[in-house]
Amino acid sequence: MTSLVLVEHEGGQVKDATLATVTAATKLGDVHLLVAGQGVGAVTEAAAKIAGVGKVLAADDASLAHNLAENVAPLVAGLMASYDAFVTPATTTGKNIAPRVAALLDVMQISDILSVEGADTFTRPIYAGNAIATVKSSDAKKVITVRTTAFEKAAASGGSGTVETVTGAGDKGISSFVGAELSKSERPELTSAKIIVSGGRAFGSSDQFHSLLDPLADKLKAGVGASRAAVDAGYAPNDYQVGQTGKIVAPEVYIAIGISGAIQHLAGMKDSKTIVAINKDEDAPIFQVADVGLVGDLFKIVPELTEKL
Amino acid sequence: MKLLVAVKRVIDFNVKPRVKADGTGVDLANVKMSMNPFDEIAVEEAIRLKEKGAATEIVAVSIGPAKAQETLRTALAMGADRAILIQTDDEVEPLAVAKLLAKVTEEEQPGLVILGKQAIDDDSNQTGQMLAALLGWPQGTFASKVELSGDKVDVTREVDGGLETVKLSTPAVVTTDLRLNEPRYASLPNIMKAKSKPLATKAPADYGVDTAPRLQTLKVAEPPKRSAGVKVADVDELIGKLKTLGVVA
Repeated sequence: MTSLVLVEHEGGQVKDATLATVTAATKLGDVHLLVAGQGVGAVTEAAAKIAGVGKVLAADDASLAHNLAENVAPLVAGLMASYDAFVTPATTTGKNIAPRVAALLDVMQISDILSVEGADTFTRPIYAGNAIATVKSSDAKKVITVRTTAFEKAAASGGSGTVETVTGAGDKGISSFVGAELSKSERPELTSAKIIVSGGRAFGSSDQFHSLLDPLADKLKAGVGASRAAVDAGYAPNDYQVGQTGKIVAPEVYIAIGISGAIQHLAGMKDSKTIVAINKDEDAPIFQVADVGLVGDLFKIVPELTEKL
Repeated sequence: MKLLVAVKRVIDFNVKPRVKADGTGVDLANVKMSMNPFDEIAVEEAIRLKEKGAATEIVAVSIGPAKAQETLRTALAMGADRAILIQTDDEVEPLAVAKLLAKVTEEEQPGLVILGKQAIDDDSNQTGQMLAALLGWPQGTFASKVELSGDKVDVTREVDGGLETVKLSTPAVVTTDLRLNEPRYASLPNIMKAKSKPLATKAPADYGVDTAPRLQTLKVAEPPKRSAGVKVADVDELIGKLKTLGVVA
């Protein structure tokens, strides 16, 4: 069985989410990669070095520059004649493209897999991770998105894949990229950070959110996350959101501050190795999953913690 | 322009789901059910487009059991004009839902189909993208802003790195994210009025769509449990704990 894995890349580099996806796909058999984009020479070279990769297909075209699903999906669907499975990370890019490929192939996608139990059997979270379903696919070809926190990252070096050029169907002419406002940050990305400090609505304002959390994050070299309530209130941008419908994270340490612990938030962080909770309400549900809890006023605790670290 | 919105009846988002003891699924008996929160946002967005004069009619569709009528009545009470229930007691997977919606779309010829980005029960996040693929339409997924102008729609999308805007030709499919809008509550007079709005009931067979599942659920289990740890008294003790964990030197 051979899988085709869509490489997620940015600025000429392969993103970590791809490495975990390669590990998941390896459990199904041989792994080939697809690099789609414009000017993908460097990424293709890097992708070929990922351990365990047999072949890298490079599709270099202006119509593929911004991951437009309308243009990428037909390219993938065409290539799938030679593959048994199409696998992407369950990132916003993967989630946008994979179902479009699945429908073109008349396949029911298996979203967000946590494990590979066999060639056609997988586990995946449902109901915000409050239940884990084991599902068996009867489709001849599989389309799969992978929860990247559930798999180790494949080594980024040591492989020697061969490179082959492929061409897509070009621009479908029904969609175009206008622009992006991407958060610029020196801090580690949430999905790959070892430590995350995360804030909730208790911070009360965007100013207080940042003036209290940012110095703490800097001390710990941590990524900064937020609850949905904090994002909805405008304290933090949308890409900070951790939870069922935001980012799924599993760092070594997750420090939840002023977050009560709604099931939708727990869904995004409960696989963290160690959870630390700081909350003034000692009955907050977050304490039921926290390894270390401190009850108190975050406006006193956070500055003191930052200073003493 | 006509708008089509798809809504799903799901477990209420405030209810903690319980796995059935026999491992066949999640217990939905006597559990509060509501409209999927992302679909409420889809209905609200359609109503706002109509209020702005950008749309003329809103048709709400649901696929599910007879009780999904209640979900459609909620959409009608919020401001949709009429509703279609494709009634079935079987579980219908996103691929089959997309095929049914594609048939309804061909009949109704809307300029936009607006759906929630995912349902909070199966968390698949597939239907909108699949519908767009089947129709050959462009897709604006995870939308936090939708702006119609002429025969184009600009959709600002919530992506992992921040926000991204794409320009799509209409007709198009849009799936909603949380920040698109805050759905209204239906007023009592509107709830009464919704009772007399048209609601057509159909069956999957009326559309010639095979809804047989492709995925067989072998087992549904509780996730590994985390147990509560220790409470510390103050910041010094917290730092001590962090040191033992190796987080700080």
